[in-house]
Amino acid sequence: MYEKDGEKYFIVDEHQHFWNARPDNWVEGRENLAKGWIDCFYGYHQLAPPETHWPLEKYQRWTLEDYRHDVFEEGHVDHAVLQSTFLYYWYKEGFNTTKRNQMVAEAFPGKVIVNGRWDPREGAEGLRRFEENHKRDNYKGVKLYTAEWYGNSRGYKVSDPEAYRYLDKTRELGIKNVHLHKGPTIWPLDRDAFDVEDVDKAATDFPELNFIVEHAGVPRIEQFAYIAVQEPNVYAGLSVVIGAHMYARPNTFARFMGELLFWVGEDRIVFGSDYGIWEPKWQVEGFIDWQMPDGEQFSDYPKITTTAKKKIMGLNAAKLYDIEVPPECQISAPGTTADEEKAPGEELFIDAGTAAGAQA
Amino acid sequence: MNGVLRDAVWTALGTVRDPELDEPITELEFVSSCTVSPDGVASVLLRLPTFFCAANFSWLMVADAYDAVSAVPGVARADIELEGHFVAEEINEGVAARSGFAAAFSGEARAELDELRRTFNRKAALAGQDIVARPLVDSGTTPGQLAELRLGQVAPSAELTRMRERRADGGLPRGDDAPLLLHEDGSPVTAEQVPLHLRRARLTRVSIEGNSGTCRDLLAKRYAATS
Repeated sequence: MYEKDGEKYFIVDEHQHFWNARPDNWVEGRENLAKGWIDCFYGYHQLAPPETHWPLEKYQRWTLEDYRHDVFEEGHVDHAVLQSTFLYYWYKEGFNTTKRNQMVAEAFPGKVIVNGRWDPREGAEGLRRFEENHKRDNYKGVKLYTAEWYGNSRGYKVSDPEAYRYLDKTRELGIKNVHLHKGPTIWPLDRDAFDVEDVDKAATDFPELNFIVEHAGVPRIEQFAYIAVQEPNVYAGLSVVIGAHMYARPNTFARFMGELLFWVGEDRIVFGSDYGIWEPKWQVEGFIDWQMPDGEQFSDYPKITTTAKKKIMGLNAAKLYDIEVPPECQISAPGTTADEEKAPGEELFIDAGTAAGAQA
Repeated sequence: MNGVLRDAVWTALGTVRDPELDEPITELEFVSSCTVSPDGVASVLLRLPTFFCAANFSWLMVADAYDAVSAVPGVARADIELEGHFVAEEINEGVAARSGFAAAFSGEARAELDELRRTFNRKAALAGQDIVARPLVDSGTTPGQLAELRLGQVAPSAELTRMRERRADGGLPRGDDAPLLLHEDGSPVTAEQVPLHLRRARLTRVSIEGNSGTCRDLLAKRYAATS
């Protein structure tokens, strides 16, 4: 819990990692990819306030004690969701496997949720393995990284028929949350790998599932927001949105938040620190202190309320993951009808006529 | 080094844009060195914000740089090399051999990148509508008037010229009789759609400008020691 100016915030961090990118885990002959990957992450790390930077060695692999300190002791996080990214193509034991994440969950019982993962290219065998793992781990969500390299393939779309078989299974197993993370590659490579059009399709066809799009689609926030306004089961994950911009590019951050509040609305935005890309502490404290700046370029955007911050920092994700929220952290104001409220963008959308009419 | 020719090569590189960020690679500092030998061989080294920048956009920049530099009178040969990138070798060799993207990434790609380029020119053209139309909205032009407005009726500006160029590259109408407001697919915007359309144009601009900022930051961090 984080307390500021007499307000109590329940913090759910919906997007964390616990990876191993040390050289002893690099696949022989693919060291350049393994090194390139973690160096690329380390570049993003530099966009945080300098006093929060880690040495590269810690960044490649840190300890459970570091985790406890950075997340729970200093980071104000009440509940964390760990997401997997396998990357076996260039990390021998995988980058950030469910197995490594389970280690964290066991060390901090009742505070960490580990999500499952699947990859449609693993076919019937993968589907069977996923179901087995679910029986053991009882997943509440899955993380999909569509740019995963698998054999000769450089990625997939979540609207592929094979992916639909896995989404069917996910629904059948009673798993509600699907976290989507786009990366730089896809099949075929001539397509825009960051395109989120496939999410639109899947969200329409699987209304029982919640699709949490990490980075709010950045670098395609323009496409993501336009999809989210039409699909009530699409959520914006703030990983990277806060981490890469709040400190390094405050004006961009304000505009991104203004757009998300307008199109997606405060009920479908969830906080994710992307730890260990960045620590949660400065993100939590900074976001709760943050306000839409004055000035002409922000004049169309609303100011953010304390209620909105409480929802974004924890209450929305607590709902998705059935996490119990202490009464003192719940929204106390009577007559809050947030569930029925629309994001302002939705009104505009309806005014402009049917979806088909308005869509470019 | 041949100074005049080197300047001409640099100017040519200034016409090459990052299709996603809609800015010249020279301004983005993606050109890490540019030299011309006495016998007219232009050697250009390109760098990008991360090791994993998307292969297709990276290809377009290297290929466009190759074409632009090769076309400079007096350049005998253009050597364009991308450094520090996960498919640098495939791109450098493919561009030098003029093999095309699909051949260079045989088995991983199905087509050339014309469609990708067109999509991003259209995004840039949509973002440009926010830049051009916003002052009109601020001065009280109504949605009905905006929907009727033609490019020839808008006061000339650098932003308008730029938007017209993006429309041309994106295969969209850009003449004096073309509407100021156009959907990404080129269809006209009705008066009822104007408020939503303008918000969408702005959203697109916010996205492109935001990405550009982050790419600049990442490049600056990546090459902090050398720049």
